[in-house]
Amino acid sequence: MSEYRIQGATGEWEVVIGLEVHAQVTSYSKLFSGAATAFGAEPNSQVSLVDAAMPGMLPVPNRECIRQAVRTGMAINAQINKWSRFDRKNYFYADLPQGYQISQLYHPLVGEGSLEVILDDKDPEGSTKTIGIERIHVEQDAGKLMHDQHPTMSYVDLNRSGVALMEIVSRPDMRSPAEAGAYLAKLRSILRYVGSCDGNMDQGSMRADVNVSVRKPGEPFGTRTETKNVNSVRFVMAVVESEARRQVDLIESGGTVVQETRLYDPDKNTTRSMRSKEDAHDYRYFPDPDLLPLELDDAFLEECRASLPELPDAKRHRYETALGLSAYAAGVLTADVETARWFEALVAAAAAKAGKPEADLAKQASNWLISELFGALNKLGKSLGESPVSPEDGAELLALIADGTISGSIAKQVLEKMLETGDGAATIVEREGLKQESDTGAIEAAVDGVLAANGDKVEQYKGGKEALFGFFVGQTMKAMQGKANPQVVNELLKKKLG
Amino acid sequence: MTDVTELGVAAIREGVTKGDFTAREVAEAFNANVAAAQDALNAFIVATPEKALEAADKVDADRAAGKALGKMAGVPIGMKDLFATQGVQTTAASHILEGFKPEYESTVSRKLWEAGAGMLGKLNLDQFAMGSSNETSYFGNVISPWRKQGSNAALAPGGSSGGSSAAVSARLAPAATGTDTGGSIRQPAAFTGISGIKPTYGRCSRWGIVAFASSLDQAGPMARDVRDCAIMLEAMAGFDPKDATSLDLPVPEWEAGLNADLRGKKVGIPREYRMDGMDAEVAKSWDDGIAWLKDAGAEIVDISLPHTKYALPTYYIIAPAEASSNLARYDGVRYGLRDLPDGAGLQDMYAATRAAGFGDEVKRRILIGTYVLSAGFYDAYYTQAQKVRTLISHDFKNAFTECDVILAPTTPTASFPLGDKLDDPLAMYLNDVFSVPASLAGLPAMSVPAGLNREGLPLGLQLIGKAFDEQGVLNAGLAIEQRAGFAAKPEKWW
Repeated sequence: MSEYRIQGATGEWEVVIGLEVHAQVTSYSKLFSGAATAFGAEPNSQVSLVDAAMPGMLPVPNRECIRQAVRTGMAINAQINKWSRFDRKNYFYADLPQGYQISQLYHPLVGEGSLEVILDDKDPEGSTKTIGIERIHVEQDAGKLMHDQHPTMSYVDLNRSGVALMEIVSRPDMRSPAEAGAYLAKLRSILRYVGSCDGNMDQGSMRADVNVSVRKPGEPFGTRTETKNVNSVRFVMAVVESEARRQVDLIESGGTVVQETRLYDPDKNTTRSMRSKEDAHDYRYFPDPDLLPLELDDAFLEECRASLPELPDAKRHRYETALGLSAYAAGVLTADVETARWFEALVAAAAAKAGKPEADLAKQASNWLISELFGALNKLGKSLGESPVSPEDGAELLALIADGTISGSIAKQVLEKMLETGDGAATIVEREGLKQESDTGAIEAAVDGVLAANGDKVEQYKGGKEALFGFFVGQTMKAMQGKANPQVVNELLKKKLG
Repeated sequence: MTDVTELGVAAIREGVTKGDFTAREVAEAFNANVAAAQDALNAFIVATPEKALEAADKVDADRAAGKALGKMAGVPIGMKDLFATQGVQTTAASHILEGFKPEYESTVSRKLWEAGAGMLGKLNLDQFAMGSSNETSYFGNVISPWRKQGSNAALAPGGSSGGSSAAVSARLAPAATGTDTGGSIRQPAAFTGISGIKPTYGRCSRWGIVAFASSLDQAGPMARDVRDCAIMLEAMAGFDPKDATSLDLPVPEWEAGLNADLRGKKVGIPREYRMDGMDAEVAKSWDDGIAWLKDAGAEIVDISLPHTKYALPTYYIIAPAEASSNLARYDGVRYGLRDLPDGAGLQDMYAATRAAGFGDEVKRRILIGTYVLSAGFYDAYYTQAQKVRTLISHDFKNAFTECDVILAPTTPTASFPLGDKLDDPLAMYLNDVFSVPASLAGLPAMSVPAGLNREGLPLGLQLIGKAFDEQGVLNAGLAIEQRAGFAAKPEKWW
């Protein structure tokens, strides 16, 4: 991929991007209290005394939240700090009951790590880039203000107050909207593999602060702006594009970029200033005296490591080497953990039915999943998770193709019926009479009929117009209502046409 | 019949258990004393006579039913109004929490009720436990029951647990809870001629105690004598999973372990505590203490705590820093006072609520704390203070390689008249000079009465122990108690 450059009046500009991703930790209870964390509950129905910061209430760390953050760190090959500490970030706001957020400034749980992104997902064999991750720390989420409940007052919902977040801070290593998008997508994929965050960006369980600056290539970093709470991969890419453009235009028209916090307006596709550095809070960070330093022992770390699943990069590599899939197919199948799980269940079931090793069936399964099932589900507007056809159902269909009961083209019809009715492949084939004809006698009769009816074409074929072979195949299949075994048709036609 | 209000925890428990009197009789007697003294001493913010009776009736019924009685059976106590008590107003002596009735019970108070104690009421204190004279309460000063000979001037009962010290010494309660951040149990105990112990940091759960400075706050008992303190501390202490700084250790049987025979023990005398211009009578009581402990069999050794002079400035950085953050939750949004001027926005509401809700001393400490944590000053103040705090802890660790317990005065002077130091915060803060080091190091420390000065005011002696060694502190305290023969009590003028 060529380098991304912004064309300005004074020449080319390079964009420098860093992302701070807030990912809600998958956990039934909050970071420092026993209150529940389910999305969409009635306002203020998931609030403990601690979350409401009643007098004398104390935070107690939730082991599961720490465990998930450690596992996430391990998944990006990061340094896990066996000694870390919580700090208070002090500021007043109505959605922050304690008057401070418990976070980790000075000694984060997870240190340096990295992840690798493929720069062009259409070209999986193309170049990759390693994006550095500076740190992951855990912190509390705030509540939510509701301004539409009363004509003159704002209400506050504390359900999110105290929910555990991981803040994953990248290095300023990205240089294009595509890289930023690829990084966020890859990070989301890893979090979902690890199970430490559900990655539901539309529900706010993952959101990004996008740091953007521009410079002439080779020059030092420019002043950056931070656009807060961007909640999709597409929007992150749009923010980079529009913010970089704005900065270039600003500088070239004689202005200066100021360090500030900005907000993205998806409707106008622009960012606007929220507050400048001068208005920035002095957060008065200091170690939270209600909490002891977090000390992790080797047994805990070992358990975290042992519980990690196979991660996307390793899986993709295995699909290519052990299962013989193309780089493209391996990339598509491993991008999301649900897809990979579905695919592996399909291959396992198909292999069991055929009594063959998985490697023998993986390619067929992969082709069918990517080109048939994905397409069909797409038409229905459904995701793989919502598919009415299970991996076992798919394996049944694949087995019918493999043993010659139905042809590939009939299989398409069968799949449509499966999605429609929820019935199994064999049932549908039986009921609709779609079984493929492999009886040589019947096919031979059909072939003879086709050749007899098309004497002129037979002459042309024999005269060298070999492309007509397909025509004879098509006519024979038509005569057989599509149910003839294509291999037998081919063989018979070749024999008879000499 | 004996006047039960002259009895302490152990004697009341014994009398109730044996049937010499009922728990109800005890509660009624103390309820009467509380009511009679309220106008003069202002020791309580609210009295809860019905709670005391309810608990007493339960103990009497349990006894009649032959059930086992708890450690504090039949003992009515005063509860410092820093402990959240379910359904009973909990204010920290502030306007901002006036009328606040928690829906929860602090761990320490819950344990006391479970042990058979009853609540006489919520005791007055310095606002948010910030003060050394009990003059910062929104609900008015507590007046010490003690008076100088030949004077009717109102004296300070000490602070912040001034309601507790006044109530116990005036026989309004046989015992009371206190909390100690930089001396708030020990200094008022010394001023009023009673005993009080601050245990090792983490012994008593902080859950449900309105926080002042989280890394220093510890609850402890205030009572007539050492044994009563041991009994009550046993009832208060214990691991609490709701407090991440709680010590996960079993609670020793301190009462059963009491032993005033100090043979084989070494008592350290810190030379840095003998300051220039020290009050001669305080110096003399310290010498008396040395002689008594020697008499109890202890060997006296000279020790050094070289960073002592930095303790007070360190404390007055760390405690306000933590307080400035801990008190941010009182913002008018969810509970307590809300001052919402017409047309006010959120920031205006914060400003108005906190301006009206906090007293001057609380505001002073919030300002100091905010300043020392702010960008550009953090390293110079807070970081530096934390380093010094570590050095002070090391001082004690080193000293305890040479001795088992440390003896020092509790306060530099006896009680002073109310108003004396009100306009001079530094003079007020100096009152904590001997108590603050043990707080910074998280060590158990207690004050026991040593005698009266020439003006007839009590002086206290302080014992500081190794971490987790409350027993050593209590035992040395007991040795002093047995030899000091302190039997003075304030003459009743109210």
